[in-house]
Amino acid sequence: MIEFDKLILDNGLKIIVHKDSSTPIIAMNILYNVGARDEDPEKTGFAHLFEHLMFGGSRNIPQYDIAINRAGGEYNAFTNNDITNYYLTLPQQSIETAFWLESDRMDDLAFSSDSLKTQRNVVVEEYKQSYLNQPYGNVWLLLRPLAYLVHPYQWPTIGKNISHIENAVMKDVKDFYRKYYCPDNAIMTIAGNIETSEVEKLARKWFEPIKKTKDYKRELSKEPVQISHRKLEITSKVPFDAIYIVFHMCKRSDPEFQTVDLISDILSQGTSSRFYQQLIKENQLFSEINAYITGELDEGLFVISGKLMKGISMQDGESAIWQQLENLKNTLVDDKELQKVKNKIETLLAFSSMRALNNAMNLSFYELLGDASMLNLEVSRYLDITREDIREQSNKILNENNCSTLYYLAE
Amino acid sequence: MPEVKTPDIRGINLNEPALFRLDNGIPVYIIDSGKQDLIRLELIFNAGYYVQSAPLQALTSGMMMKEGTSNYSSKEIAETVDHYGTYFETLIDQDTSCLCLYSLFKNLENVLPVLKEVVRNPVFPEEELSVFIAKNKQQFIIHSKKVEYQAKVNFNSNIFGYDHPYGRKADLKDFDLLNRDQIIDFYKTNYSSSNCKIFISGKSATDTLSLLNTHFGGDHWNINYDTNHNAIRQNPVTEKKQLIHKEDALQSAVRIGKPLFNKLHPDYSGLRVLMTILGGYFGSRLMTNIREDKGYTYGIGSGMVSLLNGGYMFISTETGIEHTSNTLKEIYYELDKLREEFVSPEELDLVKNYMLGEMLHNFDGPFDQADRYRSVVDYGLDFKYYRKSIDDIQKIEIYDLKQLAEKYLDPGSFYEVIAGKL
Repeated sequence: MIEFDKLILDNGLKIIVHKDSSTPIIAMNILYNVGARDEDPEKTGFAHLFEHLMFGGSRNIPQYDIAINRAGGEYNAFTNNDITNYYLTLPQQSIETAFWLESDRMDDLAFSSDSLKTQRNVVVEEYKQSYLNQPYGNVWLLLRPLAYLVHPYQWPTIGKNISHIENAVMKDVKDFYRKYYCPDNAIMTIAGNIETSEVEKLARKWFEPIKKTKDYKRELSKEPVQISHRKLEITSKVPFDAIYIVFHMCKRSDPEFQTVDLISDILSQGTSSRFYQQLIKENQLFSEINAYITGELDEGLFVISGKLMKGISMQDGESAIWQQLENLKNTLVDDKELQKVKNKIETLLAFSSMRALNNAMNLSFYELLGDASMLNLEVSRYLDITREDIREQSNKILNENNCSTLYYLAE
Repeated sequence: MPEVKTPDIRGINLNEPALFRLDNGIPVYIIDSGKQDLIRLELIFNAGYYVQSAPLQALTSGMMMKEGTSNYSSKEIAETVDHYGTYFETLIDQDTSCLCLYSLFKNLENVLPVLKEVVRNPVFPEEELSVFIAKNKQQFIIHSKKVEYQAKVNFNSNIFGYDHPYGRKADLKDFDLLNRDQIIDFYKTNYSSSNCKIFISGKSATDTLSLLNTHFGGDHWNINYDTNHNAIRQNPVTEKKQLIHKEDALQSAVRIGKPLFNKLHPDYSGLRVLMTILGGYFGSRLMTNIREDKGYTYGIGSGMVSLLNGGYMFISTETGIEHTSNTLKEIYYELDKLREEFVSPEELDLVKNYMLGEMLHNFDGPFDQADRYRSVVDYGLDFKYYRKSIDDIQKIEIYDLKQLAEKYLDPGSFYEVIAGKL
């Protein structure tokens, strides 16, 4: 049970406080409700590029990194298709430094053109390092537009094209900041050995003067229901054939989300899982194969990705995967197997609440989902799932008409 | 602006773990703290690459222990581990093998009988071995295509020597040469009760002692453990610069460094401060110059690596092929600068605060504390080592750093590997 208090400033900033007296570290997490899905289709990769610029200095703090390192702190951030999340940790006594740093850049970013120029190059190098210079690295650049025809999930967070990043200009940066980086579009969580009253005092001092900006309403194109199978085949300089199969699934906040997550666990969580035992060990069709979900806020994807053993045909690998999926649809999973994946989740959730920083991140995220208290209901939502739920969702999702397949062939 | 405060080092939890011994003498280090009902159990053996006689021997032996025992099949072991919701992994590195289990407290007693079998009675079935080798061979081939991997393994070979166990790299043919007898032999000589340490950390860890004694105490096992490993001489290559050309590379992986010593050496702490200034944190000189000013890379860092029988320092990055030669130039420029100019007192203060803050983080919670203890105990050290490190960080001055730089950062002494394109 993660206990917390919640308050909202007049400017709309939501604040969550989790007291943890076991740690000498204070963690602060600020989630901005903006991600790659909010981007202009002609200017993709922007939310992530912007995350880099947030470290380029603000009105009173020319160098964010020096200010925080001097206080003995650490920091980082990540962007995905839904959110941009900043976090830092500091020795408890320097907690006010966190409020100072984060309020200054929420209020007034410096917009240095040098910073924009450099960070464009840095992100281009990141693009190469993570997507282009790795075997199979570009797979999500191919899969997303195959699976999504209209929804902005059709491009990855890094951007659909390297030129979108190279062409970013200062006007885009400023517009983006004004639209999304405002107190009423953020959720801040503080975790550590601190009382809510002290957080409130600091928050009023540092964040309350920041003005609320004009509300915006997110209006994204809804992905139409897929009605027939899609297929893409590419040949590349990789050592082995690989197959990727993706299915549309529900939103993160839908009640069936946890069931779909457990379906992916039955298939590939741990070495006793069905994929591992049958496709890797018994039949030796794949050297690695996984099933997982993207877990995005809007309707996400259920993903299967496998690398075939040399000499195994794509057709044999693919039909073995489908046979596993048909089993889930036709036969009820037995109680013991269902209990197993629930037990794994229970351990995993305990693990994820070991650290103050993780709790801070999770509380912000669940607040975005609707209510931070949902974090404490997560275990029971998994434990309540029945064998019938698994079969029902398998039948709903794991169909050829709802599916896109990528053959990634070795040259 | 709030007042900048030096991290309060009294917050660093340096309470030594409690030490118990099982009936057969195996030491158990206990860190009993935490709020979640989660336990981490680690069985640690000095059974890393250093003591292997052929490439892949240590790795395969360690990873295969869970693939079948006298009383359980590979599948039964996997079923039990997963059924109780536990996460089990085997981690092999240069010096050690660690069998690591995460479990809710309530499930630990149910999974320990299987873990005992894995540790004490593995049988290494031939058919399991062939599946393991085929699968890992493919993953090795994929891995070998990555420039970062190429730079790293070749760098290790160059600084330690191709025949040194820290430097010897695995080849594709090594997968075919590996046989079951070598795997069994490695297991029998290294996974002995007299070569075992146990770390248990998490809430109520102390309450597991009698369980641990039941499963891992009692009789000695694998008593033919050989403690006499001869020190193997390092034999670095003579050609210090190596280019591994990859025609279609978009980025080059760069690794620069030199063989040094481990944490027992008196200069180790000071050099760690110097390496932090150079590339050990986000605002470091290499990051500021090569990423934040020039935009040549997504990331660049430097660090010290301490091994039981040696050590080294390294700088590593991946950089666009059009920026590779400029990146090299800037790296050597930063090394020269550390040798030729004093670090400013402000920069040193900042790095001291950063490093002390890092110590606070690194001892935060039972698992982190166990990690810190684990990384000194094999050197015959305990948490007093960290007390001294803190003291060393606080006391070091700009003059000391310049001396260290002059002594160790001679550009002629560096090894350089580039995988990609120049």
